[in-house]
Amino acid sequence: MNKPLRRIAIFCGLLVLALLIRDNWIQYVQADELRTDKNNRRVIIERYASPRGDIIVDGQPITGSTETSGSDFKFKRTYKDGPMWAPVTGYASQAFGATQLESIEDGILTGNDDRLFFRNTLDMLTGKKQEGGNVVTTLNGAAQKAAYNGLKKQGGKGAVVALEPSTGRILALASYPSYDPSSFAGNSTTTDTEAWQKLQKKNNPDDPMLNRALRETYPPGSTFKVLTAAAALEDGLYTDPNQKTNTPLPWIMPGTTTPLKNEGNIPCKNATLRVALQYSCNTVFGKIGADLGNDKMLDMAKKFGFTEEQFTPVRANASVFSDDMNDSQTALSSIGQFNTAATPLQMAMVASAVANDGKLMKPYMVDELQARSVDTLERTEPEELSQPLSSENAQKLQSMMETVVDKGTGSNAKIPGVTVGGKTGTAQHGVDNSENPYAWFISYAKGDDGSSPVAVAVVIEDDNAVRDDISGGGLAAPIARNVMEAVIDSKK
Amino acid sequence: MSGTNTSHSPQHHTSTIGAIGAPSRRNTELALLAFAVVIPVFAYANVGLALNDSVPPGLLSYGLGLGLLAGIGHLVVRKFAPYADPLMLPLATLLNGLGLVVIWRLDQSKRLSNYAEAAPRQLLYSAMGVALLAVVVIFLKDHRVLQRYTYISMAGALFLLILPLVPGLGANIYGAKIWIKIPGLGTLQPGEFAKIALAVFFAGYLMVKRDALALASRRFMGLYLPRGRDLGPILVVWVISILILVFETDLGTSLLFFGMFVIMLYVATERTSWIVFGLLMSAVGAVGVASFEPHIQTRVQAWLDPMREFELSRAGVQDGVVHSEQAMQALWAFGSGGTLGTGLGQGNSDLIGFAANSDFILATFGEELGLAGVMAILLLYGLIIERGVRTALAARDPFGKLLAIGLSGAFGLQVFVVAGGVMGLIPLTGMTLPFVAYGGSSVIANWALIGILLRISDTARRPAPAPAANPDAEMTQVVRPS
Repeated sequence: MNKPLRRIAIFCGLLVLALLIRDNWIQYVQADELRTDKNNRRVIIERYASPRGDIIVDGQPITGSTETSGSDFKFKRTYKDGPMWAPVTGYASQAFGATQLESIEDGILTGNDDRLFFRNTLDMLTGKKQEGGNVVTTLNGAAQKAAYNGLKKQGGKGAVVALEPSTGRILALASYPSYDPSSFAGNSTTTDTEAWQKLQKKNNPDDPMLNRALRETYPPGSTFKVLTAAAALEDGLYTDPNQKTNTPLPWIMPGTTTPLKNEGNIPCKNATLRVALQYSCNTVFGKIGADLGNDKMLDMAKKFGFTEEQFTPVRANASVFSDDMNDSQTALSSIGQFNTAATPLQMAMVASAVANDGKLMKPYMVDELQARSVDTLERTEPEELSQPLSSENAQKLQSMMETVVDKGTGSNAKIPGVTVGGKTGTAQHGVDNSENPYAWFISYAKGDDGSSPVAVAVVIEDDNAVRDDISGGGLAAPIARNVMEAVIDSKK
Repeated sequence: MSGTNTSHSPQHHTSTIGAIGAPSRRNTELALLAFAVVIPVFAYANVGLALNDSVPPGLLSYGLGLGLLAGIGHLVVRKFAPYADPLMLPLATLLNGLGLVVIWRLDQSKRLSNYAEAAPRQLLYSAMGVALLAVVVIFLKDHRVLQRYTYISMAGALFLLILPLVPGLGANIYGAKIWIKIPGLGTLQPGEFAKIALAVFFAGYLMVKRDALALASRRFMGLYLPRGRDLGPILVVWVISILILVFETDLGTSLLFFGMFVIMLYVATERTSWIVFGLLMSAVGAVGVASFEPHIQTRVQAWLDPMREFELSRAGVQDGVVHSEQAMQALWAFGSGGTLGTGLGQGNSDLIGFAANSDFILATFGEELGLAGVMAILLLYGLIIERGVRTALAARDPFGKLLAIGLSGAFGLQVFVVAGGVMGLIPLTGMTLPFVAYGGSSVIANWALIGILLRISDTARRPAPAPAANPDAEMTQVVRPS
């Protein structure tokens, strides 16, 4: 019987060997994958095991950490002025994960980033507890406050984005209605879950957790005419703002029998670009779009950043300008209707590129990543994205936009002693324009030396306002003015 | 007490086969037992230091308790089975001790605070197990006595297996019906005891029938095919395994019993054809039952895609079967442990929740002691199996050989089925890791199993009686000064 016994011995040996191999597979080969799996609770246990690093604005943290008890998480995230900063910070919740900066810079904030490895090893040797690093943002507290309070006072849904044209630094990023990320930062199944549920779109039609500044696209309406004017100047279709354009009134859209209408009785027949922008003539810019054609308009839109997602590093949705339109559709698109849709960030980029003499800078909100000891780990350098128009043409466009504020639809944005250029917009939406239009305003402020400290885009959708009352100049321009003033004042 | 020199005499150590003149190796056993007690005591202190920054207050009593168990086991073996294998007792003690530490560690977990403290009960079960070992070693003077109870064992085994199906007695715990409830005492897994009874029955039965089974066969395509009527017994066992699978929905127990039978049949007849038949029949049975039994299907799905099962469980899907995230949680525990582990007391394996200290206890070893620790544990099991097979090789009677290989084969299969299940190598089944996992039936039955193996090895290694019944001659042989 000994021969089969030996074979059984080998068989049992193989069973143990199979177990050993399997163990090596899951504990060595696959170990990292399993350890860092997003559903593995150890990942979030570790995220909250030590005080989380902070997100910093103007040298002051807008976040914090507080020690908790009663769960396997040691610390909980807190926020100062949570609703105001939520579009910047995102949230870090024990129960519901993390988004935006809290998620993108999680490695730095928890202290697990590879760039902190050396420091962590030192800390371990010296017995210090691992600490998260800080994320220093480019935002301007005063501007953000002006933006958020402006939206809040207005009461409707809306968003504001402010950029520093020369660098692309994001100065304000507000969305309304907003939410307080502190309210569900913990993991209580009662309070936190309840707060979370209340904020979900299905329970709250206002969708407060939508970051409208980056993640919502609106038809830009007349503000898009700035881009169309830039295309006309760059193409050479018209070279002077004061040159008469070739625009009959009424103008029938090509291939149709429909005349393109202007808002009211305004002097648009063969109007100059300056006058057309001042009065917001649909016919002039619609015809420019049709004359240039889909390809040239799309080309210009792309140079301003349309059709691409932007990473600030928080992702912004791609703005839309279609590539398969006939001339009449292109005409409508060129006045910011039809398919055209833009994020508030995108329209701020348009204003910013014009103000920066034609150079479009890549928008960013993280200035610096710091270790806890305030050592800089990484600094974001301004980066040129493109040059949609020459500095000469940009200055022509500036003078046109300044006329809009000086004596046109954008007069509400005037700031005493400061040159302001802008453009209003009132975009229609809904079937047969049945819903309330969006009020837009894009603008920039310019200092005495010709350089621009701030460019802003404001959009407001207001279900309660009377339709006629809504115009970019009335609702959005005052907010833009306050934001610009806040930036200028903070530089003094 | 461990200070005494073990004095390995530099003789050949292949003592099991060349039985005549073999040293008793009792001092080796004693020294190893000292390690088997000291290692868990250190582990226990380690857990306390990690969790509370202090040596646990129960350290002394735990150490004394484990030492006492080991000491009693050793003394009983020294007195009543002096030539028994010296490794089995220390190996079992070490595993049992480490199991106790980890069970105690999981008792301290806040996440598992809803469950009753398990370590004190497990210590009690271990004591009962060692007591049963002592009873076996003391009262079973010769394992061949068991041969007399061949058919009684069969009846007993069947009775134990049917118990969980008796209405009002059986308990359905998370889908598997392998427990019985004893009011006031808790639950019992009769299958663990049936394992031993069945091994006795198979050994007795096969010893008698092996010639018929082996010789009366036709050769066909290189295989010896058994006669139709000789197929009877294997068919009966197969049907019983299938019935266990269907009515108790326990793949592990079913596989264990059938596998044990095939191993013993193969050893008894030396016919490879039995292995082929056995594999075919178990494949047919498993696939056949899985095709209509939702509990088994769920287990297979959880094995193929544990992440999906995790998500179904989290989503609270109600589709008639229990979806459990445990399989995925166990894998995460293993993965998070990595090569060296987090250290005892510092892992989060308690996320597994229910059964973290029984079926899934290996995952805690995986997370806290790492790849290194689990490999060590697996090698300890490998050694126990190896000692068992060696005992079978050394045994001089066919019944002893068959019983030893049956018991160690079943032990090996059980380790494979449990550890493989928890590590995701094979579908998960509701069985416990011998000695380590929390569970009275398992600990007690496995100590008894070790007792029987010790008895067989003692008989095997005992020096052959001197030709003449001369007491003086035997004296000179036994009292050999080392």
